[in-house]
Amino acid sequence: MTLLQVKDLTLGIHGTNILSHINLSIAPGEIVAVTGESGSGKSMTALAVMQLLPNGARAEGSILLDGQEVLNRPEPEMCQLRGSSIGMVFQEPMTALNPVKTIGDQVMETILIHKAMPPAGARERAKEVLNRVGLPPDKFPLSRYPHELSGGQRQRVVIAMAIALRPRLLIADEPTTALDVTTQAQILDLLKGLVKEYDMGLLMITHDLAVVADLADQIVVMRQGKVVETGATGHLLEHMQHPYTRMLFDASGHKVTLPEPVSSTPLLEVTDVVREYRLPRHHLFAAPAQQRAVDHVSFTLNKGERLGLVGESGCGKSTLTRAILGLEQVQQGQILLDGQPVFAGHKPNLAVRRKMQVVFQDPYGSFNPRHRVARLITEPLHLLDHPPAGSERQDRIAEILTAVGLGPDDANKYVHEFSGGQRQRIAIARALIIRPALIVFDEAVSALDVSVRAQILDLLAELCAAYDLTYLFISHDLSVVRTITTRVMVMRAGKIVEQGETESVFADPQHGYTQKLIAAAPRLPELSIT
Amino acid sequence: MLRYALKRLLSLILSLAVASVVIFAVIEIAPGDPASFMLGVNAQADTLAALRAELGLDVSKVQRYFNWVSGMLVGDFGTSYTYRTPVSQMIADRLWVSLPLALYALTLSTLIAFPAGIYAAARRGKPGDLAVMGATQLGVAVPNFWFAMMLVLIFAINLRWFNAGGFSGWDTGILAGLHSLTLPAIALALPQAAILARVMRSALLDILGEDFMRTARAKGLNPRQALWRHGVRNALIPVLTIIGLQFSFLLAGSIIIEQVFYLPGLGRLVFQAISARDLIVVESVVMLLVFAVITVNFLVDLAYAAVDPRLRSRT
Repeated sequence: MTLLQVKDLTLGIHGTNILSHINLSIAPGEIVAVTGESGSGKSMTALAVMQLLPNGARAEGSILLDGQEVLNRPEPEMCQLRGSSIGMVFQEPMTALNPVKTIGDQVMETILIHKAMPPAGARERAKEVLNRVGLPPDKFPLSRYPHELSGGQRQRVVIAMAIALRPRLLIADEPTTALDVTTQAQILDLLKGLVKEYDMGLLMITHDLAVVADLADQIVVMRQGKVVETGATGHLLEHMQHPYTRMLFDASGHKVTLPEPVSSTPLLEVTDVVREYRLPRHHLFAAPAQQRAVDHVSFTLNKGERLGLVGESGCGKSTLTRAILGLEQVQQGQILLDGQPVFAGHKPNLAVRRKMQVVFQDPYGSFNPRHRVARLITEPLHLLDHPPAGSERQDRIAEILTAVGLGPDDANKYVHEFSGGQRQRIAIARALIIRPALIVFDEAVSALDVSVRAQILDLLAELCAAYDLTYLFISHDLSVVRTITTRVMVMRAGKIVEQGETESVFADPQHGYTQKLIAAAPRLPELSIT
Repeated sequence: MLRYALKRLLSLILSLAVASVVIFAVIEIAPGDPASFMLGVNAQADTLAALRAELGLDVSKVQRYFNWVSGMLVGDFGTSYTYRTPVSQMIADRLWVSLPLALYALTLSTLIAFPAGIYAAARRGKPGDLAVMGATQLGVAVPNFWFAMMLVLIFAINLRWFNAGGFSGWDTGILAGLHSLTLPAIALALPQAAILARVMRSALLDILGEDFMRTARAKGLNPRQALWRHGVRNALIPVLTIIGLQFSFLLAGSIIIEQVFYLPGLGRLVFQAISARDLIVVESVVMLLVFAVITVNFLVDLAYAAVDPRLRSRT
């Protein structure tokens, strides 16, 4: 018997085809993962089941929930189903809750809107489900507001809202993508437990194949609005039929070979650095408390070395990065690049600044949309005393664009003409154009699809060989750091708790926190290639 | 919450102190000695000195500033140079017209704008929305004195429901007073309502795109429930800002409307005082308006905190 049966679902929005002939089914107590890259239509499939499609969407086919047709059902009836028979959890816990209402009110609303219980009963049920999702009422009273909770805690509230009426089907759209690995592991455990306890069906949308392999009973692989392969998890992993599925798994576990670092002269020397922020005063005359974001950090990065920095959000990675780039002054300690301080006399040292460049996470937000590529990537040249001009400048642009896998012709285009992966190549070109001694990659591949990520990682490996790059690679993604760095540091609460050769740290972590982090990260199964 | 309110109050007092210094200084810079202006060019030196002493102009500037401020604190705004009557009495009389008129207009504007803005946002792009948007476009574009003249033409001259101008006073009863303020209040309210409705609509449309609105729909709320329960309160912050600005404007900025309807309001008082170089009246009314604006801003700040819990916990 099936709980949810999607048959031959085809969906168009304003005439553009989004989904074609989707088939999938979920039994009670079963976890079905829909996976694929961005634009594959996995979220639209979920929204079609909820009938929360954008304006102008037309769907055909059939979606049966407990044998009843959901597709094109009148809106008032859908409102009764949503929240009571189907619950949904979204990706972004920071914005999924109404900021001006208490968590108690928001959980109770699910119950009250369906008139399932009187208010007193709803209050009791709200306490009960919040307790079940790991927010005991004595520590997290119903009167809390969302901004008083962390991301993981907010996601628990969203889950509590979704399961308050024990729906038969739960849809989770990238529920852990915005969370740290240890929080992700806890939320996935929670979802798994709930499915078993309530005998719910779980439709899980995720791009993370390691999560899929870990969690799902069935896998549905989607590409460009079509299901390319589907099957029981174990079987599908053993016998992948479709080349796209195979490519996805290969790209997820993509490994590159980095050239050996040649010299052992220190390039970046960070000694005993402390960076504190002032917190708001507790009352008018109290001395303001200090938050120590970076706590006596010391390390050395040698020329030609590729160093990784991992840690969870709030551990001080970004603060340390800003200090290294000379964007902020530190209270204590010293940061030297090539023997010169990055901050001299309360001012950033420009002689050092021109030797460093940075590549950021968001390939969409980090370019001025009104400038052409040539202007965007030549921006760092103003740091030089004698920037190249005329044909020398054109040659430099052409060379660097070719190096990152684009063409010289792309110099006259605007960024909106490029995909996310291509934009990240442009960002790398911008960093590379002044031949910096050090490049900082700040979550530079985190926003990319796995296949694109694999290409960018390959590009980095090539550039390492061609330009003898030295970089600091900051990421929360352990599998990426493992392959793209030769040495790694683990940061927690402002301190470096462990550092060493990447392979040995990952294979045999010494510090308890590193062990916890590595254990929490979902892993791709070792695939026997058939 | 208490700490937030105290902090806002402290900033209110500081703003008032700064404003009083600035107003005093600006008026002092203005050329012309009020005493010689009052007595004319042929005045005797000793008469002039006597008048200067009577008006309190014979002491140092610092001393005069403190006399002015300490007087205001106990309700003594000095004596009008032209009418020789206490300024506080003149202002109080006018305030009894201007303050009710401003509140009346603000109430009308809010009562029109909220439903119109919410209605338009809920029907984005549909005929209802387009009709409301068209009407507000007109309301923003047409000046309020034209509305005033049209209202007089239709409701006073043709239908004879209202008087064309003048204020009956509050002695004849509250209803009679409100009746004579109705047409000016409507004329003031219509353009403000148009602006407020547009702000309400765009604030709500921003909120409708938020993730938590989708969460609300996923819980089983229909679009209308989601809008009312989760949308409106979140949209209030920008709307409250505009309401605060509008109140300040309505209190002082209704000179033209007061002129059209022959209302003895603050706007006309300032207008007359400036023409007569009655600087002490100008000074006092400006200070009063600054006080009103700053107080309204303080109340708006408190309202923000009541609406948004994130501001309450911020110190």
